[in-house]
Amino acid sequence: MEFTRRDTLALGLGAAALAVLPISAYATTEAATLAFTGGADVAEGGVDLTAPEIAENGNTVPVSVAAPGAVAIMILATGNPDPNVVTFNFGALSASTAASTRIRLAGTQDVVAIAKMADGSFTKASKQVKVTIGGCGG
Amino acid sequence: MASGVKPRVKVPKTAAAGSAVTLKTLISHKMESGRRKDKQGNVIPRSIIHRFTCEFNGAMVLDVAMEPAISTNPYFEFEATVPEAGDFKFTWYDDDGSVYDTSKSIKIA
Repeated sequence: MEFTRRDTLALGLGAAALAVLPISAYATTEAATLAFTGGADVAEGGVDLTAPEIAENGNTVPVSVAAPGAVAIMILATGNPDPNVVTFNFGALSASTAASTRIRLAGTQDVVAIAKMADGSFTKASKQVKVTIGGCGG
Repeated sequence: MASGVKPRVKVPKTAAAGSAVTLKTLISHKMESGRRKDKQGNVIPRSIIHRFTCEFNGAMVLDVAMEPAISTNPYFEFEATVPEAGDFKFTWYDDDGSVYDTSKSIKIA
């Protein structure tokens, strides 16, 4: 098969689109992480993220986070149109740096929790949640 | 002000001084994400509660920044230290500028 100039162009465009798409979805999560950490290194572990393995209804998925010694914990839903979910800032009278809430998930995806420690370091944990019915309208 | 907003909180009536108590809060709010469409295909504008705070006698316990990915009727559960008798003050900040608040007092047993 011979490639005409037009075919080559089309192929190139298709390949470029394929390459860019996953990156752009990833980049918003990256941007949200960057906004929270300010570019600091994020270590693994040190955060307890509890979420169901399978959530039947993406409209209310119970999640809880706990990170001993944290001053703030951010939750990100990497597969949502907007990955930002919630940020807990713990005050002086907070007994345990843990909190629970209910979130919306658009589909099966990884939920990420990033904790900011008192010494300024960051740690994270992630968990995959399978969602049967998405929770972002449509 | 969005209609039918009713905050509900669960705080123990008494606690030992310096101990930790679990607080549960729920507020009825539709938390419109700004991504849904109505039958005509028009986007329903975003209308959420974007911030929640809990204070005890003026000292911050928890300050939560919320995005549209928080479910309808936002629910939070967390723990607070109770150094002395006093009042917990819970405040929710709506996108439309409304502020909903409620408070509960706790005694030292």
